[in-house]
Amino acid sequence: MKVCIVVVIGIACTTSFALKAQDARTVESPAERGKMVYEQTCLPCHQADGSGVPNLAPPLIKGIFVNGDKKRLITILLQGLQDVEINGEYYANPMPAFDYLSDQEIADVLTYVRNHFSNDASPVHATEVMETRKTKQ
Amino acid sequence: MKKLLLVWLTAAAGILGGFQNKPEDEVQLKLPAGFSARIFADDVGRARHLVVTPQGNVFVKLSRLENGKGIVLLQDLNKDGKAEKRTGFGDFPGTGIALTRDYLYASSDEDVFRFALDGNGNIKSAGAPPERIVTGLINRRQHAAKAITLDNRGNIYVNIGAFSNACQERDRTKESKGMMPCPVLDSAGGIWQFNAAKHDQTYGDGKRYATGLRNVVGLDWNKQSNQLFVTQHGRDQLSQLFPDLYDSKQSAELPAETLYAIKQGDDCGWPYIYYDAFQKKKILSPEYGGDGKKTGGEKAIDPLVSFPAHIAPNALLFYTGTMFPERYRNGAFIAFHGSWNRAPEMQKGYFVAFVPFKNGKPSGQWEIFADNFAGTKEIQAPGQAQHRPCGLAQGPDGALYVSDDVKGTIYKITYKRGASR
Repeated sequence: MKVCIVVVIGIACTTSFALKAQDARTVESPAERGKMVYEQTCLPCHQADGSGVPNLAPPLIKGIFVNGDKKRLITILLQGLQDVEINGEYYANPMPAFDYLSDQEIADVLTYVRNHFSNDASPVHATEVMETRKTKQ
Repeated sequence: MKKLLLVWLTAAAGILGGFQNKPEDEVQLKLPAGFSARIFADDVGRARHLVVTPQGNVFVKLSRLENGKGIVLLQDLNKDGKAEKRTGFGDFPGTGIALTRDYLYASSDEDVFRFALDGNGNIKSAGAPPERIVTGLINRRQHAAKAITLDNRGNIYVNIGAFSNACQERDRTKESKGMMPCPVLDSAGGIWQFNAAKHDQTYGDGKRYATGLRNVVGLDWNKQSNQLFVTQHGRDQLSQLFPDLYDSKQSAELPAETLYAIKQGDDCGWPYIYYDAFQKKKILSPEYGGDGKKTGGEKAIDPLVSFPAHIAPNALLFYTGTMFPERYRNGAFIAFHGSWNRAPEMQKGYFVAFVPFKNGKPSGQWEIFADNFAGTKEIQAPGQAQHRPCGLAQGPDGALYVSDDVKGTIYKITYKRGASR
């Protein structure tokens, strides 16, 4: 058990150190930028671990909407989502449109989400967001 | 890696072993001295509100159908404190359930039904369709639960929650303005009164009894003061929607969850104001020009008691039994479902609280009565809570029943005189 605790604390310390170091310089990688957008915009409802809120906001863990078609996922951010069944569940709180985010911010946050919370899907590029935004207007 | 795996396996075995050694119905709820909790039933489904008949029959409303049934009757026939018999009926999911001597009332998210009871507290004609008392209430998923209670004059009170967070032009959208006047209030955001015996009533047959209530899941008729009391779920996301006015810490602590004593015609102020328990004032909502300091809602009533933000009061029960010590008599138990809208702060409030009352008014500070439903100390996200209190009922012996809508656990809390030391 002791080994385990040491390992966990070790990871926690490394992570928090890394985060502090990161704040000091310009955030370069899409994943780091995506994490910042996630924390400001998505975390209140989808939660720090992506588990969502039972009955109110869907989890972002695995799931076909997050890992599936990029165009559909980009559209959810641009237009919001409501009244859609996800894995047999309905979620009561409507997701608003986040169309005020830039193409790059949307690409970054989707890339981050598609590579976190046990997800493993391809990155999203700003050009793809731009294309989707055009066709939806 | 092997070593780590071994450590984990040992830990897991220890946990499992621990469970096996424990009597299966003993629960580690944190309670005041002299009280104990047992699991009356487990895995009943998404258990929302519940009632207990004078014969001890426990009816639980489920928000999702279990084997096609939306109400479950739990019976402890051998009086060992656990339900051996379960009977499902009613083909609608929902939250609300209420009881008179002759009828069991239950709600879907659009309608209210009633089933006639026989002298033994059982459904009179099992399998027969219930009477539909109210129909066509608005359900747009958000705050759709139609919690109900009855007075002693033949009326039923139905919560119709606002299908909105703060009546913004674009719901839950950053910096979107509030609609003036808020159109949601015409058909929701309040308590409606209907005749408890008339069939197929809808908005035109009922009366908007109280307005300006965002979402009331806990409500009870206080027989001592002959008055309706309600608990409101306060608005969400102050800092997310107005980051220039609130930081995430303030957003986690504002606004207060509130208990109101209601008189016919009362306005509690939503969406124009929220209650700030630190300033002890009704504060103008940022959607309506507020800045966190400007007050508003001059015509709105003040809450009777305020509680920490976002912890979701889901049930209210005035205790009239004699099993619990004298100080609990006529006081209010409130089941808090626990928060989700405190992130990135830790989530809180998965407990049952108590407010002492004297002559129909609070006579002291609120306190946590039953805690540790979540099962772990630190809850980062609500999905980590093992149980979440949702409903409250009083048994004929004065025991307090608490329902949980995560695992469908029904707790029975009892008190034994002299066992306190």
